[in-house]
Amino acid sequence: MHMVLVLTRLAWRNLWRNHRRTLIMLLAVTLGTWAMIFMTALMRGMVSQMVADGISALPGHVQAHHAEYRDDPSVANPIPISDSELSQRFDAGGFVGWASRVRVPAVITSEYDSRGVTLLGVDPQQERGLTFVDYDTVEGRFLESADDSGIVIGRKLAKTLNTKLGKRIVLMSQDPDNEIADRGFRVVGVFDANVTVYEENYVFAGKTTTQKMLRIGDQVSELFVLGDDFRDVEDAFNKTVELIDGDAEVKRWADIDAYLGAMLNVMDGFVFVWIVVIFLALSFGLVNTLVMAVFERVREIGLMLALGMRPIHILGQIVIESLLLLAIGLALGSALAWAAVQPMKGGVDLSIVGEGMEMWGMSTVLYPELLLSDVILANVVVLVLGFLASLSPAWRAANYEPIEAITKV
Amino acid sequence: MTAVRCVDLCKTYRQGEEDIKALDHVSLEIDQGGFVCLSAPSGGGKTSLLNAIGGLDKPDSGEVYIAEQRIDNLSKGELAELRLRQIGFVFQAFNLIPVLTARENVEFVMQVQGVAAAERQKRAVAILEEVGLAGLEDRRPADMSGGQQQRVAVARAIVSRPALVLADEPTANLDSKTSDGLMELFRELNDHHNTTFIIATHDKRVMSYAKRLVSMLDGRVVEDKRQDVDTKQ
Repeated sequence: MHMVLVLTRLAWRNLWRNHRRTLIMLLAVTLGTWAMIFMTALMRGMVSQMVADGISALPGHVQAHHAEYRDDPSVANPIPISDSELSQRFDAGGFVGWASRVRVPAVITSEYDSRGVTLLGVDPQQERGLTFVDYDTVEGRFLESADDSGIVIGRKLAKTLNTKLGKRIVLMSQDPDNEIADRGFRVVGVFDANVTVYEENYVFAGKTTTQKMLRIGDQVSELFVLGDDFRDVEDAFNKTVELIDGDAEVKRWADIDAYLGAMLNVMDGFVFVWIVVIFLALSFGLVNTLVMAVFERVREIGLMLALGMRPIHILGQIVIESLLLLAIGLALGSALAWAAVQPMKGGVDLSIVGEGMEMWGMSTVLYPELLLSDVILANVVVLVLGFLASLSPAWRAANYEPIEAITKV
Repeated sequence: MTAVRCVDLCKTYRQGEEDIKALDHVSLEIDQGGFVCLSAPSGGGKTSLLNAIGGLDKPDSGEVYIAEQRIDNLSKGELAELRLRQIGFVFQAFNLIPVLTARENVEFVMQVQGVAAAERQKRAVAILEEVGLAGLEDRRPADMSGGQQQRVAVARAIVSRPALVLADEPTANLDSKTSDGLMELFRELNDHHNTTFIIATHDKRVMSYAKRLVSMLDGRVVEDKRQDVDTKQ
């Protein structure tokens, strides 16, 4: 143990022997660490936002449907439990939120144009805050009750259909007997969404009104549940399975949207690769610095060996020198990344490249997500790889013959 | 008791196309408490012999014993341990670690030996005073003269009371007054602590302090004589 102190003191003094070189290397490690952590926070934020947006459109962390619904999402495949029975079972479930809805494909027609959309028959009180529509920012108003006779459409769809608030449109779908089920609605609200695709694809009508239009009585096609965290939905999933009791198929959000689920896993792998790539760039500077430091101190190393220091101590001294440099750079870089993320916590407006972002299903507002696990990963990877990178010059120093080193000119 | 015994040492270096015999069948025995000067012209083999005795270089053939322990067949780690515990070194130049102060340089060997901090500091301050460097303990080598640096090196070599001190041209960079002071110090340590000194030099003033003078030429011992020494020189 006493040798560690001896070597650390020597390493620390040697580190500051050439201030300029050490400061340049320190700057490189600091900026590299900042880039690792800051960019990871941005990417994490982007992916989390994508997943959160995706989940708000699904919606929910766990969903239940008729077993055939995913292959044929029509009114012919409702959940085989009445809506009132679902309410009885799930109201006492202790979830962050839950709702049941009718969700069927439909055609919406204005006097100018028509489009295929997904009709969502919802109970607005039950769904408040659970989906991607913010009721308070809707132009006009959102639905007021399950038997509201109005319809709420997205801004992009309103533009496409050349319709607007107060105008009438016609919705058409099929009932369970494959007969046309249609009805005229007045547009009572126009919503904006983070992802423009949602504005084009979804229309909201009252749940009871929709059930009447489709002639399905008290049936719904979808039930969704919101748990505490989209990264850990097992509790919500198990509870839903228990309450559904085999009457419908229950799935986690990652199973419903495999692409979205894979994003999180891919991101973890990407973060690791990103950190390693940055380190590889840094390692050239690090190894070069250590090689130079060893080269300049050959005679001194020879002297220490002659005085009775073991080669392993010389190796330790060079490695400690490298780790000290990295540790300072990592601390500064981590602090800098944390400081850089703080002012962006309220979100970064990327609407200037909004269309490109939306093409990938991303929101135009980016919220950086600085995870402690990413900071730890970056620090550990740099220290471990830095240790390995410093072994080569350290090994070289440790293997000098004392008399050759001490007489080196 | 025999402090150093060399048996039929040979060492050849290759310089360009030429083989240089640095040690040519050298045999030598030095008793504990000896004060020996190895004298030779440049390239005569004195430094090679000193390096072989100190375990810094391995002979091509022959045997080296320190306190009756054969050392020419020891591993790098064992040799390091031997040098750390039994031998003090003073080199001609580049003797100190630049990033350490005078006191820290003196403490260095004791620190590696694992001597407790308080004991280390006490001994370092005392030995620095003994070599005339009181008040310069916190100076780094770059802030000291050549003579002062050499005295720090001597202090480091003797502070842990090694049985054997090997000095290679220790006065080469010193003026005559400093040189005399250093040799007086060596003699004092030799007299009072029975430390064995082997000094490689071609300085006649240094040789005059030796109890025994071994002359070398072309890697061979050509003369080995004992001499009376006036201790007050």
